[in-house]
Amino acid sequence: MDVLTDNFSLYGEGFLGTIRLTVYASLLALALGVIMAGFRVAPVRALRVVGTAWVTVLRNTPLTLLFFAMLLGLPRFGIALPFELFAVLALGCYTSSFICEAVRSGINTVPVGQGEAARSLGMTFGQTLGTVVLPQAFRTVIPPIGSTLIALAKNSAIAGSFSVTELLSTYKTLNENGYSVIWSFVWIALGYLILTLAISALFHAMERRWGVAR
Amino acid sequence: MTAHARPARSPRAPRRARSLQTSGSALYDIPGPKARARHLAYGLLATAALLALAGWVIYLLVDTGQFSGVKWRPFTYAGIQELLLRGLGNTLKAFAFAAVLSLALGAVLAAGRLSEHAPVRWVSTVLVEFFRAMPVLVMIFFIFVALQVQPLPALVAGLTLYNGSVLAEVFRTGILSVERGQGEAAYALGLRKTQVMVHVLVPQAVRAMLPTIISQLVVALKDTSLGFLITYEEFLHAGRLIAINMDYTMPFIPVVIVISAIYIGLCMLLSWFATWVARRERRSVKVTAQAVAPPEAGSTMPGAPGVR
Repeated sequence: MDVLTDNFSLYGEGFLGTIRLTVYASLLALALGVIMAGFRVAPVRALRVVGTAWVTVLRNTPLTLLFFAMLLGLPRFGIALPFELFAVLALGCYTSSFICEAVRSGINTVPVGQGEAARSLGMTFGQTLGTVVLPQAFRTVIPPIGSTLIALAKNSAIAGSFSVTELLSTYKTLNENGYSVIWSFVWIALGYLILTLAISALFHAMERRWGVAR
Repeated sequence: MTAHARPARSPRAPRRARSLQTSGSALYDIPGPKARARHLAYGLLATAALLALAGWVIYLLVDTGQFSGVKWRPFTYAGIQELLLRGLGNTLKAFAFAAVLSLALGAVLAAGRLSEHAPVRWVSTVLVEFFRAMPVLVMIFFIFVALQVQPLPALVAGLTLYNGSVLAEVFRTGILSVERGQGEAAYALGLRKTQVMVHVLVPQAVRAMLPTIISQLVVALKDTSLGFLITYEEFLHAGRLIAINMDYTMPFIPVVIVISAIYIGLCMLLSWFATWVARRERRSVKVTAQAVAPPEAGSTMPGAPGVR
């Protein structure tokens, strides 16, 4: 117990670091994912190819490899950014491919009639997608996006091994200070449980508020 | 099931078939001459942007001399090749262990969750939910640091616990989705519980779930790269050794290029295999009851299969 009380500020810092990573990477992943989903259903072939390539490559890339390449590779081209920003980029790009697939399958659940009606009113592709189809798709993609973001929160643990402040990496300091390893891991595990349960609860609430069964 | 397949809309099928050819989507009309010209312009613009991006990347690579012979020469040394191949071998070894053990653990946990004895059911439910909620890296580090285990067993154990519990859920849904009549008919013939499971339910469930199982194995293959973080001598580790050893020429980028190509290629092969199995499954006449969802990211709440 005193592992937690003695090192509350250390744990708090790590926990906040994990939350920061998760929030920023989520925002990036959501934005990129929706754009890529738009590309994948666009009438322009080149854009479809871009979307498909993005998803296929990133979904089959080990996240550790992405971190490895980004955090150690990009600085060699003179692109020097803080490690945390690199971590957000890597996590965000990786997760965006999963968000893209979730959104795309959500678009497919919207009845064809909706798109056809929008078109018959003379709406362009952008208007059809943005004002008619996506708002309806949003309601069905809440659960899959929730589980993708939970996976993102869990994946943020990898960033700790690339010298970014986050929850898992606190164990090193505690270990050096001679605290019980088992107990320090118990509190770390609890931290992740709190975070994932919070995201899960948030998305359950959104699902209750806006979700529809199709 | 996509909205296109609605039987009520069949009278207008010919027109939809045409729009399907262009897009597979009801989001835009069949383009007229003006729209075609506009799309062509957009397409050219996008292609130009892509080419510019690719050109910039290649310029960066050339500018920093990544394609110079010096940086690629190390790959011709027998020692380096051996190091890389040993790394790849270690990655595949960890994957093989993790895959076999997770399948076994998944089967055990799924059997536990479907058991008729309530305590067994509770224990397996708690285990499955806990291990799915924990980041796999936390488990690997815990086993590695707190239990003082060698890197390979630690990596394999962590991957097995995580993927095993995800697979348990996959197996369970598979077995529950087998038509009820199948089990009832088997019981009516006088088969016992185990016999019903082994001879009737499991074969059908595995058939239906094979694509999902394979895409979960892709996740396991991707996650073997976590071994890098606990100093297991796998593929990335070998790459890093090369990168930091020859600090004079620093062939880091070539190493990353080679490793990414092989790693991503392996995962893609396995993913494509999953898609191929799923397609074959849908065509097969023998299974008609199941509409198997194509393997894709998250379809349910916490820790869904294939999400990581």
